[in-house]
Amino acid sequence: MTGFREKVRAWLAANVPGDEELATAKRFQAALHDAGLAGITWPTEYGGQGLTAAEQQIFDQEAAHYDLPTSVFRIGMGMCGPTILDLGTAGQKARYIRPLLRGEEIWCQLFSEPGAGSDVASLQTRAVRDGDSWVVNGQKVWTTVAHLADFGALLARTDPDVPKHQGLTMFLIDMHAPGVTVRPLTDMTGRAPFNEVYFADLRLPAGAVLGQVGGGWPAAVTMLGHERVSIGGFVRIRHDPLAHANLAETARRYGRDRDPVVRVELAKLYAAERALALFNARLRQEAEAGSPPGARGSVAKLAGAQLRQQAVAVAGLIAGPHAIAWDPDDAAGDELALAINQTPSSSIAGGTDQIQRTIIGDRILGLPREPVADRDVPFRELRVGTQRPA
Amino acid sequence: MQLVLDDEQRQLRSAVRDLLADHNDVRSVVDGDARYDRGLWRRMAELGLTGLVVPEELGGAGAGHVERCVVLEELGRALAAVPFLASAVLAADALTALGDTEVLPALAAGEQVGAVALSGVTATERDGGWVLDGCAPFVLSGDVAEVFVVHTPAGWFVTAEGHRRALTTLDPTRGQAKLEFSAAPARRLEHADPGAVLERVRDLAAVALAAEQVGGIAKVLDTIVGYAKVRVQFGRAIGSYQAVKHACAELYSTSERAGSLLRYAAWAADHDPDALPLAAATAQAFTGPAYFRAAATGLQLHGGIGYTWEHDAHLYYKRAKSSELLFGTPAEQWARLADRLERVP
Ligand SMILES: Cc1cc2nc3c(=O)[nH]c(=O)nc-3n(C[C@H](O)[C@H](O)[C@H](O)COP(=O)(O)OP(=O)(O)OC[C@H]3O[C@@H](n4cnc5c(N)ncnc54)[C@H](O)[C@@H]3O)c2cc1C
Repeated sequence: MTGFREKVRAWLAANVPGDEELATAKRFQAALHDAGLAGITWPTEYGGQGLTAAEQQIFDQEAAHYDLPTSVFRIGMGMCGPTILDLGTAGQKARYIRPLLRGEEIWCQLFSEPGAGSDVASLQTRAVRDGDSWVVNGQKVWTTVAHLADFGALLARTDPDVPKHQGLTMFLIDMHAPGVTVRPLTDMTGRAPFNEVYFADLRLPAGAVLGQVGGGWPAAVTMLGHERVSIGGFVRIRHDPLAHANLAETARRYGRDRDPVVRVELAKLYAAERALALFNARLRQEAEAGSPPGARGSVAKLAGAQLRQQAVAVAGLIAGPHAIAWDPDDAAGDELALAINQTPSSSIAGGTDQIQRTIIGDRILGLPREPVADRDVPFRELRVGTQRPA
Repeated sequence: MQLVLDDEQRQLRSAVRDLLADHNDVRSVVDGDARYDRGLWRRMAELGLTGLVVPEELGGAGAGHVERCVVLEELGRALAAVPFLASAVLAADALTALGDTEVLPALAAGEQVGAVALSGVTATERDGGWVLDGCAPFVLSGDVAEVFVVHTPAGWFVTAEGHRRALTTLDPTRGQAKLEFSAAPARRLEHADPGAVLERVRDLAAVALAAEQVGGIAKVLDTIVGYAKVRVQFGRAIGSYQAVKHACAELYSTSERAGSLLRYAAWAADHDPDALPLAAATAQAFTGPAYFRAAATGLQLHGGIGYTWEHDAHLYYKRAKSSELLFGTPAEQWARLADRLERVP
């Protein structure tokens, strides 16, 4: 294990680039793969390294000291890739996994719609069978990196006559195909990391189905499980102004590190940060030993979002006036503001805090579910979003 | 003690609400190049709002703090991008308390925008006059002000001579600047107890900010309750889920209590000066963090749409965080309240 750590350390020190340009990111990811450090736990057959969670953890620990330019690959690495490995045919795995690991192809997740977010199973995008192929019409929204993506995992309705969970199918689609239009959306930070995606008679071959026709919901649950673990387990310490270590440094810079209130709040933040990091490590070790996290990923996801909120409060205590006004040349001011402004997304993207609590209650604790209005009703008859389905 | 608005005050509220419905253009500041909403500011001046509490003989309307808080609540509700807090509150209150008659009429008329620097600057007597030196790092609306009221260890001064650098701000609706003085000529505003003026200015500002915050909370509450009634997920309006309903109920409770603290503090400002320090500290310490919680909750309950630039939820989030830290961190506000409690006989 020490050998692996030394290798990771040396490689990162020599190879992490300074910018996040797409071309740089792609070159970096390919180099990472060449060095045997991409897809650490993924099967060697499809380009992974076939190693264990222990090596993954070492990599994560070492990588936390850097800002890897790999955020555009996160949906592919964290969600689409693992789901294809779980459910894909040998042909799909052979086609998609290696280019994904090498950063040659970028992926996005096409689930949410204007009317269907938390209740994603009520989505209205239709895929209609036409001979050997499928024809897709509809709209997605909040699709992260769709403007850069080469492929997407699309959840669409293939049968409106059965209850909503049963009539869905997951497809792997080419984002450059005719019939796909991507429109960037500006978020509250002023950047445009997500998009609206429109489908107008997009044609898909039969081989585009991931898993079973009509099996879109279990496929989506599989992917959302990966998503929660991936979001909850994502740590970026080096340039994260809300990480405990950096806030402690900020407190020293502003001379607030002896302030008794600041000390206590920093200590609380440290404890919450450690609890989450170690919980994530434990989930990985358990997965390694053969019990996958399942719905417990929701604990990591929820705790991660709460940690961000707590850190925003502590940042305010420490930075005070510097958190709300700074010299235009002061990059630290911009970074802290960006982190404060991104914080709400942790509690919404990938399933809201409210939904995570419900999942923990229902699926982990086995508490009785709320009465549901729509489980056994054919989709056609449901009211969704702020509209009625077509 | 009067905790309910009278008819005239209610009329004022609806007049201001109408004005804002027609003329508030926050997006010209958020999405455009304007540093503040000049059109709205001009109309507020025409209605006498910029000099609301300034005595009539100095060109103001001679109204009370309760009335001014009514206006501030509406401004906070609408997120109006005007330098009211800096000019019509901080600067006007300081100049009023100092008995100034030269600058105040122009501020009251809305012809000039004032801003206040409370720390970082020193004054020296030179050639029979006074000059200012030093740097005030965070001056609210200092980016647009034409006249600066400056507090120094040697008392209060007024000047138009500072060098300003506009800062980047978390809240895109309200600017700040760093002000630098280097042997800048200034006029001294004589007062027997400059420290008492500072305390009064701070107390009134705390109340005024709380009024804006209370208005913001009310607006966040209205917006999310409206949305929770029409947004359907899982076949039901999201407001029917306890997780959402209880969050809205908490918001309502916060709104009512913060509003009550505010009404009392505003009343004390007009009628019971001895009670003001404690009432102001209580209102601000309670309301500052409450507004940010409310704004974050409102955004959260909108889901993805709340995270977009186009939706106003983020403007409330940023205004609330910024206001929470504007006159000191929450820890400092609680400490101020604790100090005030120890002084109560
Ligand atoms: C930054 C960002 C990136 C995203 N990226 C992607 C992406 O790449 N791909 C993709 O498919 N989607 C993506 N999303 C969408 C995200 O998954 C949804 O926004 C989220 O699931 C919430 O759905 P909604 O926006 O429709 O809100 P709604 O579902 O309308 O929720 C509104 C509010 O109601 C609450 N609520 C809803 N139902 C219940 C209930 N049963 N009980 C209690 N409370 C409830 C919610 O918690 C929320 O507070 C992204 C979102 C964001 C903000």
